[in-house]
Amino acid sequence: MRPSAVRLLNILVPVKRTVDYAVKIRVNPDQKGVDLNVKHSMNPFDEIAVEEAVRLREKLKDEVKSIKVVTIGPPKAAETLRTALAIGADSGIHIEIPESAPAPEPLGVAKALRAIIEREKDGVDLVIMGKQAIDDDAGQTGQMLAGLMDWAQATFASKLVVDPKSKEAEVTREVDGGLQELKCRLPLVVTTDLRLNEPRYASLPNIMKAKKKPIQKITPADLGVDLKPILETIKVTEPPKRVGGGKVENVDQLIAKLKEAGITPVKS
Amino acid sequence: MATRETRLRVISLYKELHRLGRDYPDPAYNFHKKLRGLFEKNRNLSDPEEIEKAIKLGEYIRNETLALYSLRKYRHLKRMYPQDSFSDPLP
Repeated sequence: MRPSAVRLLNILVPVKRTVDYAVKIRVNPDQKGVDLNVKHSMNPFDEIAVEEAVRLREKLKDEVKSIKVVTIGPPKAAETLRTALAIGADSGIHIEIPESAPAPEPLGVAKALRAIIEREKDGVDLVIMGKQAIDDDAGQTGQMLAGLMDWAQATFASKLVVDPKSKEAEVTREVDGGLQELKCRLPLVVTTDLRLNEPRYASLPNIMKAKKKPIQKITPADLGVDLKPILETIKVTEPPKRVGGGKVENVDQLIAKLKEAGITPVKS
Repeated sequence: MATRETRLRVISLYKELHRLGRDYPDPAYNFHKKLRGLFEKNRNLSDPEEIEKAIKLGEYIRNETLALYSLRKYRHLKRMYPQDSFSDPLP
């Protein structure tokens, strides 16, 4: 009996250029959005995804054939791809949209990713992406992509072990009340949780090396995907200002205040 | 006398620290001034042991700064996206 050829893994890591985590968000005067004239960087959950792909390669070595990163964004989003390449990806795909275009929505992104995957002549075995973006906190794209592709999905992964020979992966997921272990067949969509790994810093020599790695530019029209939003943002406001607390003198006063607030004692 | 090799090491360390300094969180801390000052202070070192010690100190500061950045980011993200607000901490 002929042994089956060793299946090499092709990993796709979608990344998003978002407002930097440390920026203080300000709502625009028109209350339709936030000030985007601020520092941007890669979505932290996507950094974890890129790191996980690179760690998979460090573990599985030649069994990982390629790590490709893809982003949808204005011309500046190419910097985000360069950062991913500096962390260790092989090549990038930049789906370029105009600077003035509205931010793409999860369904549009999922459809674009599906088009990218279908175009890859070597195929894609594993998609690792952030569980949510820190700008919209939608947390939908990974799930939608798995649904569109009819692939297995393992979201909020805190541990990922892949076996290319058996084309299976064991994923530990963070769920309410604990951890869940899943055994999944490839191809698979994994979304990363914060506790999956600690991303490395792209050192200066790696950033320089990354400048030589290829980035393919493409438009949504080339993919046959329409990224026009189907949702309309009606209003954006800041959260209500915290009302100051008060100090009490003793426990009796505390109990009186709690009763005032409507908190009743529970029979133990 | 500083060899060509140590010169290159020092220059690449300076470039790396300079790039790191751009993201320093405290605006009151003048990272670049301190960086420049410390490198300038050691510009005339000739003893290879002393040069090596100075480079090691620079690398130490670089690693500490990197640790500062990743801890700061992790702590912020952990606060923004807590493990789970509703689960019972004790079984």
